Amino acid sequence: MSTVVAATTSSKATKVLGWLTLAGFSVLVALAFAWVPEDTRITEQGDVVGQFDAVRLMFVHVPSAILAYTGFGLTLLASLAYLRWRTDWWDMMAHASAEIGVVFGVLTLATGSIWGRPTWQTWWEWGDVRLVTTLVMVLVFVGYLAVRRIPAETAVRARRSVVIALVGAVNIVIVNRSVDWWENRTLHQQSTLIARKIRDETLFTLSFSFAVGMVLFAWLLLHRFRLAYLEGQIEQLEVDEALEERRAEAGLSDDSEEQP
Amino acid sequence: MEPAVRLRAAVTLLGRFPALAGVDLDITSGEIVLLKGPNGAGKTTLLRLCAGLCSLASGQGWVLGHDLNDERRMVRRRVALLGHRTGLYDDLTVAENVAFWARAAGAGGTDVDEAIERLSLTGRLADTRVGRLSAGQRRRASIASLVVRRPELWLLDEPHAGLDQQSRDTVDMLVRGAAAAEATVVLATHELERIQVLKPRVVSVVGGMVRSGSHSADAPNGEDGSTEGDRRVP
Amino acid sequence: MRQTARMVPLRVTAVFRDAWLIAGKDLKIEMRARVGINQIVPFAVTVLVLFAFALDTDQEALRTYAPGLFWVTVLLASLLAIGRSFAVDLADGASDRLLLSGIDPIAVFGGKAAAIAIQLVVLEVLLAAGVVLLFDVTVHRYGLLVCAGLAAAVGVATAGTLYGALVSGLGVRETLLPMLLLPVVAPVLIGATRAFQDAFGVAGAEGWAWLGLLAGFAAIYGVFGALSYGALLEEA
Repeated sequence: MSTVVAATTSSKATKVLGWLTLAGFSVLVALAFAWVPEDTRITEQGDVVGQFDAVRLMFVHVPSAILAYTGFGLTLLASLAYLRWRTDWWDMMAHASAEIGVVFGVLTLATGSIWGRPTWQTWWEWGDVRLVTTLVMVLVFVGYLAVRRIPAETAVRARRSVVIALVGAVNIVIVNRSVDWWENRTLHQQSTLIARKIRDETLFTLSFSFAVGMVLFAWLLLHRFRLAYLEGQIEQLEVDEALEERRAEAGLSDDSEEQP
Repeated sequence: MEPAVRLRAAVTLLGRFPALAGVDLDITSGEIVLLKGPNGAGKTTLLRLCAGLCSLASGQGWVLGHDLNDERRMVRRRVALLGHRTGLYDDLTVAENVAFWARAAGAGGTDVDEAIERLSLTGRLADTRVGRLSAGQRRRASIASLVVRRPELWLLDEPHAGLDQQSRDTVDMLVRGAAAAEATVVLATHELERIQVLKPRVVSVVGGMVRSGSHSADAPNGEDGSTEGDRRVP
Repeated sequence: MRQTARMVPLRVTAVFRDAWLIAGKDLKIEMRARVGINQIVPFAVTVLVLFAFALDTDQEALRTYAPGLFWVTVLLASLLAIGRSFAVDLADGASDRLLLSGIDPIAVFGGKAAAIAIQLVVLEVLLAAGVVLLFDVTVHRYGLLVCAGLAAAVGVATAGTLYGALVSGLGVRETLLPMLLLPVVAPVLIGATRAFQDAFGVAGAEGWAWLGLLAGFAAIYGVFGALSYGALLEEA
């Protein structure tokens, strides 16, 4: 039953995706730094205001946030699918997307914080619903990954993980609503997205960054999924080996005692 | 007669360790079976599997007619497992423990009194907290809280271990009583001579496998029942 | 025949009876062992005292932040109570016997959650007295205080029982439980703090609306825990 598997997580698809990501990212860097002008407006008084160069953080921050939520959303879907079909495939999918979600969640929080410093004059704003929701979500999924790291039988681990993922999803809604109500009387009610008119160059680059992000996501997901799959195979091989040993142990004792 | 236990190529993993590596075993209702084998052979896991506490990684199994793959909850309420641990609460008295487990199994108050009487836990002992009892008394209390369940299959893991003479006799009495009540008894013990009088079928467990019907000197009466059973297709 | 009696339609009654049995057992053990009174309550009071030290004996600040400090303390203490509730079952293999007893997992969940909730309520009463005495707080709305205290206790107990079962039996449970549970009960902290701010009259929060959030939280995790508890207990 031990299948021979290639000891690599790459395939034709991942190679193409990998090169696409690299190329896309290079173009994105060029667009973001050279093409998109810095964010400035001239007020009626003649003062120059705006975010200046800081606005370029948007091309990392916004796609990161979208990838993080895609990752967590996919974890939830895969967990529900696992409940329905009970196959390891969905369990591994949930694991892979949760891990990517956490990475981009942390990136979102970090870039958001760095961006917030020049624009809002603060690293962190507790009143902001998105900020706090994202933070709690990342914490929940860090816990999710911690539980997944505990050695256990595949089915047991999958069951635990499904419960945490579902609770996490419900929790995100509750946290989102409660933070919203919590701070609804403060000044910071505005959403963090830029409300005012966006330049064409900026809009194009932002859309382009989404596309690059999606390719990156697919690339990481394929690798991570295949890694989980290979880990499962190794685990299976180890179990098979241990089973052989155990049976040999029984056989040896057969010789030492008289045969029936 | 419906077999009490029927296992086919049963594999059970503890983590990644195959504690049971493909067990074939048939136990008919009302039988007394003695599991024999070195430490680490898989006797405890075999008993836990029969109790529905371990899952099958592969293979098939039925206990009291219930499939071990998807009806373990049905199995559990009909068996009694006496393991290394007593399953009692230290801060409750003997009577409270027995009453709790009786009510959990849906048994009545008379069953409780009867069980306490049967295991000579009456009087002051009944109102003593379990945490203050000796090992032998704890084991007796543990047995009493199993007796109230009137199980159809007894699974006893080293029931004599660490007990004084009186408590050992109590265990023997329990096995005899269960046999008389036509329950099935599977026990793992090193105290072979104590069990000999009950003429059990001896099954050797080695390396997570079962070699049935041993003809060792310990068990001259060993019937080769389960080898026969192995050839049957479930 | 005992078995069939368990399965027939009277299942709901059986669930309530068994839940009551489990809760009674857990509470009786707590009354005997007195871990709650001897260790968890002193711990909680100590935390309150530490808050007072941390805030530099500023009476005004203590009064303002008393609701938040109160609930942080309750959450920290609840971790101990939840851990304790599962440790009692694990100590000598009673958790296996609970599985073998055939009691519906929903009843086990309900019973354990109820016992934890009752302990938390007792703790809240003692802590509230502590807050009133130490932080110089006056209660303006007793009804809100009581309702919010109850709803929050049930919410923490249901979510805590769910996660307590999930980590019980794992070697790393002491460290894993806070990590998993605290982000989940964050809304309870927000809601209960707001409700208490209103009840203490330190801020004009809409206490009764926040009570709704607390009740909703308790209901959601009650249902969720009851439904998923069986799957968590199945772990061999």
